[in-house]
Amino acid sequence: MEAASHAKATHDHAHSHDDHAHHPSGLMRWVTTTNHKDIGTLYLFFSMTMFFIGGLLAFGIRAELFQPGLQYWEPEFFNELTTMHGLIMVFGAIMPAFVGFANWQIPLMIGAPDMAFARMNNWSFWLLPPAAILLVASFFVPGGAPAAGWTIYAPLSTQMGPGMDLGIFALHIMGASSIMGSINIVTTILNMRAPGMTLMKMPLFVWTWLITAYLLIAVMPVLAGAITMVLTDRHFGTNFFNAAGGGDPVMFQHIFWFFGHPEVYIMILPAFGIVSQVIPTFARKPLFGYASMVYATSSIAILSFIVWAHHMFTTGMPAAGQLFFMFATMLIAVPTGVKVFNWIATMWKGSMTFETPMLFAIGFIFVFSMGGFTGLILAITPVDIQLQDTYYVVAHFHYVLVAGSLYAIFSGAYFWLPKWTGHMYSETLGKWHFWLSLIFFNVTFFPMHFLGLAGMPRRIPDYALQFADFNMLATIGALGFGLSQLLFVAAVIKCIRGGEKAPANPWEGADTLEWTHLPSPPPYHSFETPPVVK
Amino acid sequence: MLNQSARYFVPDPSHWPIFGSVALLSMASGAALWMNEASWGKFVLIAGVCILFFMMFGWFGTVARESEGGKYNSQVDLGFRWGMSWFIFSEVMFFAAFFGALFYMRVLSVPWLGDLEHKLLWPDFNAQWPTAGPGVAEKFTPMGAWGIPALNTFLLLSSGVTVTIAHWGLLKNNRKQLILGLAATVALGITFLCFQAYEYSHAYSELNLKLSSGAYGATFFMLTGFHGFHVTIGTLMLTVILARSIAGHFTAEHHFGFEGVAWYWHFVDVVWLLLFILVYWL
Ligand code: HEM
Ligand SMILES: [Cu+2]
Repeated sequence: MEAASHAKATHDHAHSHDDHAHHPSGLMRWVTTTNHKDIGTLYLFFSMTMFFIGGLLAFGIRAELFQPGLQYWEPEFFNELTTMHGLIMVFGAIMPAFVGFANWQIPLMIGAPDMAFARMNNWSFWLLPPAAILLVASFFVPGGAPAAGWTIYAPLSTQMGPGMDLGIFALHIMGASSIMGSINIVTTILNMRAPGMTLMKMPLFVWTWLITAYLLIAVMPVLAGAITMVLTDRHFGTNFFNAAGGGDPVMFQHIFWFFGHPEVYIMILPAFGIVSQVIPTFARKPLFGYASMVYATSSIAILSFIVWAHHMFTTGMPAAGQLFFMFATMLIAVPTGVKVFNWIATMWKGSMTFETPMLFAIGFIFVFSMGGFTGLILAITPVDIQLQDTYYVVAHFHYVLVAGSLYAIFSGAYFWLPKWTGHMYSETLGKWHFWLSLIFFNVTFFPMHFLGLAGMPRRIPDYALQFADFNMLATIGALGFGLSQLLFVAAVIKCIRGGEKAPANPWEGADTLEWTHLPSPPPYHSFETPPVVK
Repeated sequence: MLNQSARYFVPDPSHWPIFGSVALLSMASGAALWMNEASWGKFVLIAGVCILFFMMFGWFGTVARESEGGKYNSQVDLGFRWGMSWFIFSEVMFFAAFFGALFYMRVLSVPWLGDLEHKLLWPDFNAQWPTAGPGVAEKFTPMGAWGIPALNTFLLLSSGVTVTIAHWGLLKNNRKQLILGLAATVALGITFLCFQAYEYSHAYSELNLKLSSGAYGATFFMLTGFHGFHVTIGTLMLTVILARSIAGHFTAEHHFGFEGVAWYWHFVDVVWLLLFILVYWL
């Protein structure tokens, strides 16, 4: 409470005049806002919308695969479904969700009044709806949406209809948004920390975002280059990916995965950050091995640039290349293992309670680690040559992306909702959401390991009879998982609209600035006078 | 909230970004239409470009006014420095993708196409750089390094010197040196672009060197083209800075607008040196 009145006092002191008077209200408030909290909220709601659109597409996939044979869709449309599901979930749901967290949390956690470039921050967000419009519109042009897989490999992507152009431009715009957002985040973290907040005192969530933003700035332009080459190959007669002109379709894969592998870490490092805030809070112990966490995150970031060809073991690389990329990939398991070890060591002998954020964080550790292990298995070249493009890979990346990134997003959402809204969320809804998600997630994706090991190819709308049972099970699980997510929407809406009032720090073990120095919800402009960190 | 006593600067709500979003949406959809045989798409594209220019005019105008109004303290200034550095880093990575493609084709894919296996398919292919690849029948002549490109190297390097002279002028409060230095830089940039335009027309009309001339044509035009595009942007930015200098903006202590553009110009310069060596010369 004292912290609250203190913040209020400085707030009033800073403006003798009423600066809110000329702020637009209603829709224009959201369109013109330069406030990191508003923009964070926009990102999070955008992400939630895209999550459900992507989920709908996923259900289109699972419905088709419920039984063998062609049921509902033409194979071409099935390809559009898998492609657009991937693109929308990666670029529309997971990435914007983490940027939303960054917007809300980084200024609060480092004691800054806002992001470094508040106007550009607005633009970073407002580039996303146009990109989403282009993506969704591509379903309605002749030839339909991009159908080359989310990896848009040439020469498929150099041949498809106008939908591919819309997809390419959407990616360009989302890339620009990510680059601007990341420049903003890096600058905010490097330049706007409160006095006394040295780098090695920053909360781990801030650290992981610093490194993520660096990765984004480094690889989004490379993706832009790759899709620009696809565009010129399509329309302007270049031959980058055409052997007849001296190019090579495999070159697209190299450039794409030089972006693509760091991209998967872009989607998991902020998740590591969230889990590293949640676990110590509910274990009521400081994070075990803070410094080693920072170094582990940095080494993951560096290593992620030299492993890309583990996605390309079946393209006929020289053996020396295969060996190099196999061992480099396995090396990443070391810092990842350090992290998992540290989280467990943090819980060791802690006085733990199991509120929803903690449940999701612990669920994350268990299920994400399984995805890490299947990743290691896929990293073994001879094994991968069998498993490449089977459902085993699908199982792997859903274990790391759904049970990894998405669970961390849920964990963080429940963790910070009381701070953001000033109300406690419903623990009952949250727990139901967690347990149903956990069960249905595994019902959906665990069988895919067996399907893949038995040789079922991914991205194909039909399959041999022996795969029928597991596929039916997976579809039932997917339906259950999708419906369980409505509980999350219910929990969020309920929390925004009311509920038990949240104190400034509802979590006994939370010790970062947003809990110790600000009321719940924090004032519209917080930390105009920076706090001093000891 | 333009609050000068506060340590940080947080701008008021702004309507400029949404103009930018509308601009990019119409540019993207216009370009997609145009490329797919809907010729009216180009009007949508052009409308988008106009909105974008309008937005930049308004947005940067606001920033310049705030800067001249003393709203930006040293903290904000440092923020701009970080921001510009990371932006240039992202540009480096963009060019890296295209240099990577050049490397891959020259060192890997073209030699592979000449190996024994491919002799079955293309028995007459001579896997020597520069090449249009085994399947492109039209012959072309590669661009030599020591004509216009060497001259252009000289022009850009001198422009790096003139922009530094302008900077010295600003630091010494010698406005005349500042303005003349900048004007010379802009002139050199424009000359460079004219030479490049001439070089392109020469390539198309006399050397039969086109965007569609296989691996060599694609990397040549895409690398030099994106570089030329960046020189254009740089020249525009320099022109704005020149106009602002004439209007009396910038002081010896406070002139990141100038420095940011100078950094950008040097970056474009370095890319050109790489281009000259890797695309034209070797
Ligand atoms: C221990 C760490 C990891 C290792 C060793 C690893 C290894 C691999 C390998 C070898 C593949 C290629 C499989 C194939 O196509 O044959 C793969 C695919 C993939 N991984 Fe991982 N991975 C790890 C962690 C992650 C994480 C953290 C994420 C994302 C959050 C992720 C996302 C993906 C995705 C999306 C694909 C599939 C790409 C596609 O073809 O569509 N992985 N992984
Ligand atoms: Cu990878």
